[in-house]
Amino acid sequence: MALISPADQQKLQEVFADMTRPVRLLFFTQTIGCETCLQTRQILDELPPLSDKISIEEVNLILDADTAKAYGVDRAPAIAVTYQDASPASAGSSDAPSVWNDSRMRFLGAPAGYEFISLVQAVLLAGGRPSALAPESRNRIASVDRAVAIQVFTTPT
Amino acid sequence: MAFVSPNITAYAVEATEFPDLARRYKVTGVPKTIVNDDVEILGALPEDAFVEQALDKFSAGPRQ
Repeated sequence: MALISPADQQKLQEVFADMTRPVRLLFFTQTIGCETCLQTRQILDELPPLSDKISIEEVNLILDADTAKAYGVDRAPAIAVTYQDASPASAGSSDAPSVWNDSRMRFLGAPAGYEFISLVQAVLLAGGRPSALAPESRNRIASVDRAVAIQVFTTPT
Repeated sequence: MAFVSPNITAYAVEATEFPDLARRYKVTGVPKTIVNDDVEILGALPEDAFVEQALDKFSAGPRQ
């Protein structure tokens, strides 16, 4: 049973069609003690059929501890949004290793309700859509000279 | 913001799924934003105010 209605699927297909870069969602999961991991997987599985630019890779928090550590993820479910540079040159050389860049956008918890909209926005941004931030904001953000972690707490609505 | 600066990582945290985090940061209403365990912003703000409050402590040099 689809979690996304046919009408919403069509809308998403349309916005995803503008993506210029491949996006991969790293889904951090664990087998035990993760009540919403299955729900998260079900939500994520609905995205790749809507765009050939979107893929999902499952990362086990325990078995793939190195990857989880590299992304600073220590709980599940979590999602890290990664993307590839759109370079027509590399399209011909299929033997080139694919490098996935970290967008540094993470989601902790199932991306249900309004969080799903945020996830879609993150996918579009990583997928090449220009930032919607004002130039002044971008200048301010560019002046950040140390590591900053911004956590936004939300609830499903 | 994370996408603009390589120094910034952004987390959207579902508070009800991680009550330990919600407790640690005393999340009683949403949205609540925590920056480097140091700055907290309650509610939604206009973009310029949010950027200023979130990053004021974490950038050097004279401001415009």
